[in-house]
Amino acid sequence: MSAVHGLTAREIARRVRARELKAVDVARAFLDRAKALDPKFKVFLCLTEEAALAQARGVDDRIARGEDPGPLAGVPVAIKDNLCVTGTRTTCASKILENFTANYDATVIEKLRAAGAVFLGKTNLDEFAMGSSTENSAYFTTRNPWDPSRVPGGSSGGSAAAVAARLAPVSLGSDTGGSIRQPAALCGVVGLKPTYGRVSRFGLVAFASSLDQIGPFSTDVADAALVLGVIAGPDPKDSTSAPVPVPDFSKALARGVKGLRVGLPREYFIDGMDPAVEKAVREAVKTLESLGAQVVEISLPHTDAGLSVYYILAPSEASANLARFDGVRYGHRSPRAENLLQQYELSRDEGFGPEVKRRILLGTYALSSGYYDAYYLKAQKVRTLIKRDFDKAFESVDIIATPTSPTAAFKAGEKSNDPLQMYLSDVFTISCNLAGVPGLSLPCGFTAENLPVGLQLLGKPFDEETLLAAAAAYEKATAWVRTPPLAV
Amino acid sequence: MSLTEKDVNHVARLARLALTPAERANALGQLGRILEHIQALAKYDVTDVPPTSHVVPLANVWREDKAAAFANPESILANAPDREDVYFKVKKVIE
Repeated sequence: MSAVHGLTAREIARRVRARELKAVDVARAFLDRAKALDPKFKVFLCLTEEAALAQARGVDDRIARGEDPGPLAGVPVAIKDNLCVTGTRTTCASKILENFTANYDATVIEKLRAAGAVFLGKTNLDEFAMGSSTENSAYFTTRNPWDPSRVPGGSSGGSAAAVAARLAPVSLGSDTGGSIRQPAALCGVVGLKPTYGRVSRFGLVAFASSLDQIGPFSTDVADAALVLGVIAGPDPKDSTSAPVPVPDFSKALARGVKGLRVGLPREYFIDGMDPAVEKAVREAVKTLESLGAQVVEISLPHTDAGLSVYYILAPSEASANLARFDGVRYGHRSPRAENLLQQYELSRDEGFGPEVKRRILLGTYALSSGYYDAYYLKAQKVRTLIKRDFDKAFESVDIIATPTSPTAAFKAGEKSNDPLQMYLSDVFTISCNLAGVPGLSLPCGFTAENLPVGLQLLGKPFDEETLLAAAAAYEKATAWVRTPPLAV
Repeated sequence: MSLTEKDVNHVARLARLALTPAERANALGQLGRILEHIQALAKYDVTDVPPTSHVVPLANVWREDKAAAFANPESILANAPDREDVYFKVKKVIE
């Protein structure tokens, strides 16, 4: 029998349900592994060992009673630390929430719990999910399991690295402009951002509410389908969750790509991208073609506006969402304040890190009187043009294939002093959020330095099935799912 | 539209961020550069293009206005930086 950490979530659940494995032994194996390897990769902001073992014992008890704990029976899951888990510290990797304990479950957490999952702990991220490397965490930078001198990407870098290093079979992240797909690409795992509205955002600490979406990381496509099936669905607690039925995503995996029309947008192959990335992605597209897909060159003409639109809209929404952190009911309160205004201004200044402040200022500026029309409204209108690009493209293709990120994992410190350079690493992932369509990144090769490269597939709204089917067919035909040598 | 020191001070106050003098100087440079980049949007003609605030075509979503009990109110108060009884305590608001 292979070691537990080498198993997929499906296989763990199957064995636990078949009484071949005890959930508590699975949990212990992953917790021990996390304790041994985490000092090297710095994935977890906290491990919730006692709660995890208690949850696992609960799963075992249910099985002993003859009940079925659900499709994720005994499956350990690592959770990005911007999702609320009752009784667990939820910091968003910010000093302002250093001592905040969540007192309710996010809807996705409730659903995972009900499906028999076991929460190992909370993973590192860029503060409030603002960043592309986890270097904006107020606590530490997560290391890429393929090369610890490099970043894992971000903002869900901890959740991506957790799965890459097999410290958890699956994990949850959130994606506002690429925060699931980009780290998935840089860490060589599968990352899925569902259609906006597919998954309830209740209990996700809001960054940019019209763009945020929760999704899974996994070692393979079938596990992503499994987790998506559990967390998806409308929720009365999130009025933006869409009243759309949840199909059996796992069933769609065997569909193949025969006759599938794959669009290749010419705007996504740009100067300055790593030639190794371009080569891997073009080869991946050839593979899809050899499997029976029909590849068509398409145009998404407003692609180059994406970054500017995003860096107006996301900070604007963030500046409003983060107004709630005022030191009144929870979070950091400055001891230096002499009156209420100072309490707000000093608590926020002491509590937020530089990138969060930068975005709050940028968003506040874009929304302020005199600039609203020129920035915010203009950006919303250009957002319409970007969405129309996708609507039009999807009239003639079923999915779109692009690189996930212009480069493989970069060195820690390489871009941290240049916010604009850092923002550019999201150039291929942002439009997907602006248009609200689903996107998935999966491994499609390695650079000469043995760093993983990600292939991004974008789908029609609420058609994750086609996306997953194409990804599964590609995955089956290739052998890019690998474990980093450092994490064997 | 180039950003001035006065703009930064104004926005910092609106955003309720104290900011040290060094942070203000830094913000001026960095925000200036980002705003310059964002000027790229000027070239797009958006006459007659409606704004998109939200991609899913949902109108008002209604539910019954019904109160539900929260299981553990003490856990909310336990996160308070300062409290008295069941109240959050802050500095005097009205002099």
